[in-house]
Amino acid sequence: MRLSSQSSVADSFSSLVADEGSDLTLKDGSRVAVVGGGPAGSFFSYFLLKMAEAIDLDIDVDIYEPRSFKHCGPAGCNHCGGIVSESLVQILAAEGINLPPEVVQREIESYVVHMDVGSVAIQSPSGEQRIAALYRGNGPREGAESPWDSFDGYLQGMATEKGARIVRQLITDVQWREDCPWLIGADGEAEAYDLVTVASGVNSNFLRLLEDLPAGIKPPKTTRTYICEFRSTPDEVLRVLGNSMHVFLLTIPRLEFAAIIPKGEFVTVVMLGDELDQEMVHAFLRDPVVRKCFPTDATPCVCSCSPLINMGARKRPFGDRVVLIGDSGVTRLYKDGIGAAFRTAKAAASTAVIQGVSADAFEKHYWPTCRGIANDNAIGKVIFGTTGLLKASKISRRGIMRMASREQASPDAPRHMSSLLWNMFTGSAPYKEILQGALHPGFLGNIMVNLAAGIRSSNGKGKVP
Amino acid sequence: MGKGALGKVYADGEDIVRQGDVGDCMFVVQSGRVEVIQATDSGEQHLAFLETGDFFGEMAVFEKETRSATVRASGEARALKVDKKTLLRRIKEDPLLAVNLLQTMSHRIRDLNAGMAGRGADRS
Repeated sequence: MRLSSQSSVADSFSSLVADEGSDLTLKDGSRVAVVGGGPAGSFFSYFLLKMAEAIDLDIDVDIYEPRSFKHCGPAGCNHCGGIVSESLVQILAAEGINLPPEVVQREIESYVVHMDVGSVAIQSPSGEQRIAALYRGNGPREGAESPWDSFDGYLQGMATEKGARIVRQLITDVQWREDCPWLIGADGEAEAYDLVTVASGVNSNFLRLLEDLPAGIKPPKTTRTYICEFRSTPDEVLRVLGNSMHVFLLTIPRLEFAAIIPKGEFVTVVMLGDELDQEMVHAFLRDPVVRKCFPTDATPCVCSCSPLINMGARKRPFGDRVVLIGDSGVTRLYKDGIGAAFRTAKAAASTAVIQGVSADAFEKHYWPTCRGIANDNAIGKVIFGTTGLLKASKISRRGIMRMASREQASPDAPRHMSSLLWNMFTGSAPYKEILQGALHPGFLGNIMVNLAAGIRSSNGKGKVP
Repeated sequence: MGKGALGKVYADGEDIVRQGDVGDCMFVVQSGRVEVIQATDSGEQHLAFLETGDFFGEMAVFEKETRSATVRASGEARALKVDKKTLLRRIKEDPLLAVNLLQTMSHRIRDLNAGMAGRGADRS
């Protein structure tokens, strides 16, 4: 009854495998390079080798990753808030990938939404702890004695168990020779591959090297985020933040939203917005609403970074023998980047094994997954734009807070606002579903009532609960 | 159960799903062991033990029938609920996930047939 390692999946889809006579298919002895050993690269390698094994295809996979995720701080970090969404935790379990407790720093059971007009805890609709707060690397600087393991290291272990080889080398150039991509390492050695999968994220110079390939792949649009770690004690972090992720919808100019995530003895602060700078970071950290949520003994930032995130889908994140996955290609707007890495990685792996490695195969069988994410992001932009407008008005902030608070206080009440906030901040549902929820007559009726109550309270005729 | 444990902890003897209940999710065992039990006219019949990585309750995802068996924690166990909606949404995008589930269900039918054949042989 085990989910993993089903070896006879071959019989289920071997008839779908592309014509083996084609040059643009993987054959016994084919070599695949994966540039980047984060979640996208490891998921891709794992599924590629699993599917290849299922159809008795013998291929070699090299993962190029110069960093070791055993190191603390930037040397072993992939610069990410480190949340595995509720939907991804479930899907991984259904795939037979169960995150061990050693990797999960804190299980998140609720989200607390903070505004200047109050705070409300949104409990998990399932009543279960299905969101994982974790470190992609081995934690921030000063975290050498951490009892937890790296998430990226764990996934890389899954890939190597399937047969992938880790090459601790930086790729300095990509060349197209004899109809194949060649990777040139820092040592000057060149290696030819039948497929190069780019999982380097957007914080690497590697993407610029792809512009000269025949596929002419361009880097995506990006924006900067801010991630900062504070150190406290496990007891204090638990006392102040509990097992909750704290989300802030504040009226600081250019700040979309921010979050504080408890992780063992550390807290991670993540900020998203336009043109993030030190002034905005200080404004956030000085805000009285934020200060109430900080452990009293938190020491100033022990590790911080301003990584880029992908803000715009590539039109063609693939070419003959080249495919881009995860952040390098298409990812979800602001949320669930690891989930998008998983989805694109598996779609690319199944395309490569079953349909081939041509641009045409990726267009037909990989691009629909990317396009689905990109189309959903377009809806997400509308939702975040609307949230920005609502956030700007104290009356609507009161209305949102009142509606969510009343729903949480009444176990049997329909959870229109709670579901919307939960899905929006956890990344558990597509933006399309969030929009459908916001257009539900029950939601619209309730928000109107609560906005009216917000107006009354702002006129001194009532109180926000 | 350590920190960072996802899902829900069930005490020894606690029912995770009950035979006859309507279900809208499946479960994956995260740690410990659970027992699959079926109520019959002659009392409860043990069907199987499931351990870490095993799943159960998947029939509720694909049909609207009630649960066909009770699953009970055998010692402290932790199980993660996988929602029908989340699973079906993912299967729509990635039908290969359904192949995994169908394969397990196929193994169960095979085991059931073998069990019935064994009982038939015993009677004869």
